[in-house]
Amino acid sequence: MINNFKIYYFISISSLLFSLFLPVNLIGASEKTYENIKPGFSFEGPMGTFDRAQLRRGYQVYREVCASCHSMKQLSFRNLVQPGGPEYTEADAKVFAADYTIIDGFDDYGDPIERSRILSDSFPSPFENKEAAKASNNGAYPPDLSLIVKARSGGYNYIYSLLQGYSLVTPTNLELSDSLSFNPWFPGSGIAMIQPLYDESVEYEDGTTPTIDQMSKDVTAFLAWASEPEMEERKRLGFIVMSFLIIFVLLMYFTTRRLWSEVH
Amino acid sequence: MSDTIDDDKPTRRDFLYITTGAFGAVGVASVAWPLIDQLNPDASVKAVSSIEVDISSIEPGSFLKIAWRGKPVYIRRRTEEEIILAEKDDNESLPDPQKDSERVQNKEWLIVLGVCTHLGCIPIANQGDYEGWFCPCHGSHYDISGRIRKGPAPTNLEVPPYQFVNENLIKIG
Amino acid sequence: MASDYQYEPKYSLTKWLDTRLPLIRFTSEHVLQFPTPKNLNYFWTFGFILTMCLVTQIITGIILAMHYAPTTLNAFDSIEHIMRNVNYGWLIRYMHSNGASMFFLAVFIHMFRGLYYGSYKEPREVIWILGCIIYFLMIMTAFMGYVLPWGQMSFWAATVIINLVGALPIIGDTLTQLLLGGFAVDNPTLNRFFSLHYLLPFIIFGVVLLHIWALHVPGNNNPIGISVQGKQDTVSFHPYYTIKDFFAYTVFLVLFCYFIFYNPNILGHADNYIEADPMVTPAHIVPEWYLLPFYAILRAVPDKLTGVLLMFGSIAVLFFLPWLDSAKVRSARYRPIYKYFFVLFFIDCLMLGYLGGVVPEGIYLLLSRICTIYYFAFFFVVMPLLSRFETTKPIPIGISNPTLSKDILTAE
Repeated sequence: MINNFKIYYFISISSLLFSLFLPVNLIGASEKTYENIKPGFSFEGPMGTFDRAQLRRGYQVYREVCASCHSMKQLSFRNLVQPGGPEYTEADAKVFAADYTIIDGFDDYGDPIERSRILSDSFPSPFENKEAAKASNNGAYPPDLSLIVKARSGGYNYIYSLLQGYSLVTPTNLELSDSLSFNPWFPGSGIAMIQPLYDESVEYEDGTTPTIDQMSKDVTAFLAWASEPEMEERKRLGFIVMSFLIIFVLLMYFTTRRLWSEVH
Repeated sequence: MSDTIDDDKPTRRDFLYITTGAFGAVGVASVAWPLIDQLNPDASVKAVSSIEVDISSIEPGSFLKIAWRGKPVYIRRRTEEEIILAEKDDNESLPDPQKDSERVQNKEWLIVLGVCTHLGCIPIANQGDYEGWFCPCHGSHYDISGRIRKGPAPTNLEVPPYQFVNENLIKIG
Repeated sequence: MASDYQYEPKYSLTKWLDTRLPLIRFTSEHVLQFPTPKNLNYFWTFGFILTMCLVTQIITGIILAMHYAPTTLNAFDSIEHIMRNVNYGWLIRYMHSNGASMFFLAVFIHMFRGLYYGSYKEPREVIWILGCIIYFLMIMTAFMGYVLPWGQMSFWAATVIINLVGALPIIGDTLTQLLLGGFAVDNPTLNRFFSLHYLLPFIIFGVVLLHIWALHVPGNNNPIGISVQGKQDTVSFHPYYTIKDFFAYTVFLVLFCYFIFYNPNILGHADNYIEADPMVTPAHIVPEWYLLPFYAILRAVPDKLTGVLLMFGSIAVLFFLPWLDSAKVRSARYRPIYKYFFVLFFIDCLMLGYLGGVVPEGIYLLLSRICTIYYFAFFFVVMPLLSRFETTKPIPIGISNPTLSKDILTAE
């Protein structure tokens, strides 16, 4: 006799599994925008890791292009040295830090003391405060980039698509305010940020050809690391934990079955 | 009885149970570790656990007082006379005998933790009967090598781990 | 049902303890030897799974509280400090955030088990009501916990939900200000939510103890819904159900660990990684997935007050379940018509969850209304009617006895 409840097992488990694969943007569905381009990154997938050289190129793009408007308050120069990221040497990261100053304490007259930044200091902000940032950018606040990949539902594919999306020609029938640039990946198709990357905006230290596409990929990878610096460690631990659990589940299954074989 | 001899041999069933139990114990221990390790100093604390100090602007006979790991550290540039005095006192009867040369890497520079070894107050520089420090809390006197000379403190002022990165820069911690 | 085994302290220390505080005796009777029906299926393992979820949330929560700063100025940064600086901070944070989702997944399965097998019926009404209290406390705890990271969704979900209180006539505005500690969600709100979020789980723990105590009076229900008739129907809880429960928990852990290590943010909302800004509203304010069905019910009705009353009513109706469904047959296995409506109800809940996440316009609004109507109709129309008029299938005589009751009748 078939136990009827098995059907409900099936329904409940399959609907739960189905819901796992619902596209994320169904929850809080937004207006239709272009599908994000998926160029493929080394850190995708359960075994993905960052490409150190790419992260370094990405940091160079951030520092030379983006940092003039975008802060990254959650990052410190020592993060550039730690494992799992660009992994610069301490000496190199100290040089990056020393390019900037910071107010640290007050002297005997009550005046602020300004000194060079060191590894333990955070990345500098280009503006004193949010209002100054807005004033310099037509009233639009350039968001802090520390978490930008996690803070956008399209993730790193959205960031990449946005960055290389300026190359599209503005359609003639579209009314856009003067202060906005056409970018169909941005909700509303008009973005306040002017095109940030042009071919050869940056001269890469490792000699890679700096096309818009290359720089978009590199800085996206860097931003993905900045949002999730623990990613490599997380996936590494995940592998160990899942392997352990699979074996443990099997052991528990056989234990349970052996134990219950005496009942009835 | 023959039963007991069979019971002594671990059966296949027991092996399964033992293996499962062992896996379970390993699992519990592995989960417990991160929960305990989070109490240890985090990365932002460890980042400032060592500091680099520029000593180029300190004149002989003067000192710099900086914070390291939440405590004051005295960096004193000693004059010739002070060095001679410190070494001469090696032979005095000291509550905590230590040669001056054991307490400095470069005779000109004395670096000590500004924490009295009695009960933790901060001794005041350039005071006391021994050209060194005086702790106002219970009257401990330290000399120009940071050694305890008079008073209730049991040991000399602690010398923190440090190294000269170059002649103008020391790294403490 | 008394079992053969009686606890007898063997050592002088245990004898001493037994006459002063019978902890070991209690554990022996209520955990180890407790007679449990031998035919329980895996839906019965979720009680243990839920206990482990509560323990996990409490432990990870206490640790997070060691590093979190509950002020509007520092909250968001303190979470990033946990994620980036604290040793294994990212792991503990993701355990806590995904643990909340797993907690609700488990509680939904646990509740649907109760609905299907009639675990709320006589004599288990109080167990069910205590369970409803736990569920409500869980919702309160989760709501307040979501505010603590002080992201955009934290702030705006709090604003929307607390402002609903303003819909209550006469006392609405005063009550809203009382809850907020001000005129809008701000530092006083955050601070008190932190305090209460820390407190409520321990109250949940207390109600869980009452829930288990109430369960141990009649003993567990079972898939065929027939009461236990003797020792032949039960086995001792240990080792049969301790091991089976633990096995089910390890399977549950596989799903939990998949989320933590490979997809820790998929159940959340990207906007919560943007620091709260009282001057900017997100494009679409949505709560966490486990609150979406209630959000759908709230927005199905155009009138604010009715929406609020229906939303709270959808939870309140659960408390009255034992009296709405008074059918004598417990398990839906033998109630074919009820089973049909139950499946519809399950699908209805899934639909409401989906609808809570989309903008309530056009076809979605219509569907929300249909699903809300069916939700309440299931409790207020279907159940009472079926209690009166359903012809059930013949039920077995006993757990160990496969004879059906109808065979006894025809044999006579």
